[in-house]
Amino acid sequence: MALTGIQIFKLLPKTNCGECGVPTCLAFAMNLAAGKAELAACRFITEEAKAMLSEASAPPIRPLAIGAGENVVKIGGETVLFRHEKTFVNKPGLAMLITDGMAAAEVDARLKRFKDLKYEWVGLTLRAEMIAVKNESGDAGKFEALVKKIKTETDAALILMSDKVDAMTAAVKASADRVPLLYAATEPNCDAMAALAKENKCPLVAKADSMEKLAALSDKLSAAGVKDIVLDSGARTLRRVFEDQVFIRRAALNQKNRSLGFPTITFPCEMTGDLMKETLIASTLIAKYAGIIVLSDFQGESIFPLLVGRLNIYTDPQRPMMMQQGIYPIGNPTEDSPVLITTNFALTYFIVSGEIEASRVPSWLLIMDTEGLSVLTAWAAGKFVGDAMGQFIKKCGITEKVKHRKVCIPGFVAAVSGDLEEELGPGWEVKIGPREAAHLSAFLKMGA
Amino acid sequence: MAFAIPTISYTGKIKEVVLGKGPKAVTIGGETSYPFHFFEGDAPHAPRIAIEVYDAAPDDWADAALEPYKDVLNDPVAWAKKAVETYGAELIALQLVSTDPNGLNRSAEEAAATAKKVASAVDVPVLVWGSGSADKDAEVLRKVTEVCDGMNLVIGPIVEGNYKQVGAGAIAYKHTVAACSPIDINLAKQLNILLGNLGVPDGQLIVDPTTGGLGYGIEYTYSVMERDRMAALTQQDERLQFPLICNMAKEVWKTKEAKLKTEDAPTFGDAKKRGILMESVTAVTLLLAGADVLVMRHPEAIKLVREMIGDFKTK
Repeated sequence: MALTGIQIFKLLPKTNCGECGVPTCLAFAMNLAAGKAELAACRFITEEAKAMLSEASAPPIRPLAIGAGENVVKIGGETVLFRHEKTFVNKPGLAMLITDGMAAAEVDARLKRFKDLKYEWVGLTLRAEMIAVKNESGDAGKFEALVKKIKTETDAALILMSDKVDAMTAAVKASADRVPLLYAATEPNCDAMAALAKENKCPLVAKADSMEKLAALSDKLSAAGVKDIVLDSGARTLRRVFEDQVFIRRAALNQKNRSLGFPTITFPCEMTGDLMKETLIASTLIAKYAGIIVLSDFQGESIFPLLVGRLNIYTDPQRPMMMQQGIYPIGNPTEDSPVLITTNFALTYFIVSGEIEASRVPSWLLIMDTEGLSVLTAWAAGKFVGDAMGQFIKKCGITEKVKHRKVCIPGFVAAVSGDLEEELGPGWEVKIGPREAAHLSAFLKMGA
Repeated sequence: MAFAIPTISYTGKIKEVVLGKGPKAVTIGGETSYPFHFFEGDAPHAPRIAIEVYDAAPDDWADAALEPYKDVLNDPVAWAKKAVETYGAELIALQLVSTDPNGLNRSAEEAAATAKKVASAVDVPVLVWGSGSADKDAEVLRKVTEVCDGMNLVIGPIVEGNYKQVGAGAIAYKHTVAACSPIDINLAKQLNILLGNLGVPDGQLIVDPTTGGLGYGIEYTYSVMERDRMAALTQQDERLQFPLICNMAKEVWKTKEAKLKTEDAPTFGDAKKRGILMESVTAVTLLLAGADVLVMRHPEAIKLVREMIGDFKTK
């Protein structure tokens, strides 16, 4: 991690063979330094250099995966304290708690919610992906049966919660192919839990009640050969859990503390009995560094804001969110409804479509691919100008959906209207819309 | 081996600003560390929540947002009193939406009279917010500063296009200005410099970074605020060391998701709780980025967020 591109370059073969996908070893070294390439892409590197580079390039917070198949939850691998410094990488897993003390009907209702609560958002499907199964009864058979049921009925990435080694062993055997996270190794049981995790190749939580003990326990697990560790500092109040997340992230990144260089798991479900409050604690942990957030339950009203908040915080600030180019009907438009055009920057789309919707004037919104640039930036970059817009309008298919030949453009690009009319040809009329989306409603109501 | 808390060192401090007058005046700012990082710095004044009051009855609010105010929607004075007396508002944010030239287009005189009535009716500090139309706000907010002479209101949003007119009014009649820039740290700094050059004292300036709602650009606001605090506290950027205000409620509640009815969208859960949570999740996210004042709407969301602020402080 600490090595610069030049330092890495010195360890490479310097043959510029190009097999790694970039033309020169120097370029490859730069990509490695920036975290944009994998060392494995170079097959000519010496074992010695590989060992040196792997050590130096080992991520400060170990990335690891829980789950199998389509639904693998990746956590860890973060490299910054603030998202604007680069980006946050792996969204925290959101888990619903189910215990073997719950009635069968309650378990079924929860599994149904787990499966149903999914949301379409900017072309993505937002969903929570984990279930934490807790051995509340203390009974190994009950625990194993519940784990089997949840594994069969859902694709959830599982967290197995028991401090009893026999119950954990039974549950792990029933679900090892799904790579569950084992919760938790504590000072008294850590040898047995470490052996179980190693044998079944599962990640393991280290749980202690102070930072000192947590670091010591993490070292002990590492020494026992467990590589994929998740940390629980035991904090269950807002202030302490927040501070511990900051401490662990900073220790890993700023102090290169290997004992704490792992993702964390947090339990808002154990911090309050109120789902509303729990949701706010979870939103804090989304912004500030949790690797996994275990919730007492999911309801539509609680999980939706968290999923959207998580998406927002984990959006790469270096790459704008983009919409698919195309025609977006809003409010069941007809062949007489107005046609508006804007860029495919997701925020632009959100704001414009929201205002059109609020106006209650059914409309056709044309979203043009401007590589995620906003209106003014796209115009300045020559991507949202008359000829390009005209070609898009003619071939996007809107002419088959409306009788009229009128199109409204954002007020900020009023200057392109002449070029656009020329490109569109006779019969077309270009109308200048408002500069601000907030004024769209009035504009549409006046009969755009 | 004892664990050494990995602290960082700060070199700057957010300036303190007093809002309002009299016994209920509120001081904000003064932080010497990132939000809620009490282990390595000080935050003498907890973040505050201003409750919104509209100068004209809203016609597009979700039922859940209307319900707490349904008996006062047509009377901003009664609305403000209810916010203070029933919901414990520490600040009132009067939204002069009726002055919007694309809406009711009420005059500056009328708006200023309303502002004065509201500010006189309550003993807590009052924020007076224009419609967001720079030209109209120049006229409206300027008039408000004059009519409410000496009341130390917070006047916003002041933008590059009207800072001279409104700023001059704030200086002459002693109000605090909320400088608003479009989610851009450099533009925020530039406007702070312009207002300073105009003569607005540091103790009368707060910054509105422009707020995106949850799902609608909050990440941009979040990161601009974090960058702002980083520059202010660790890079001695003196012209960014001002308290931050987020006029957030309207951004949350105008979204489709906050307005969906329970029966129309089963996976979105209970409409009222969803709205409250969307508002309070937005609030908590902005607090973590550095907000000193939040403009909020639903009393239950406000209550939840106050509890969170308390819990952050409780060892």
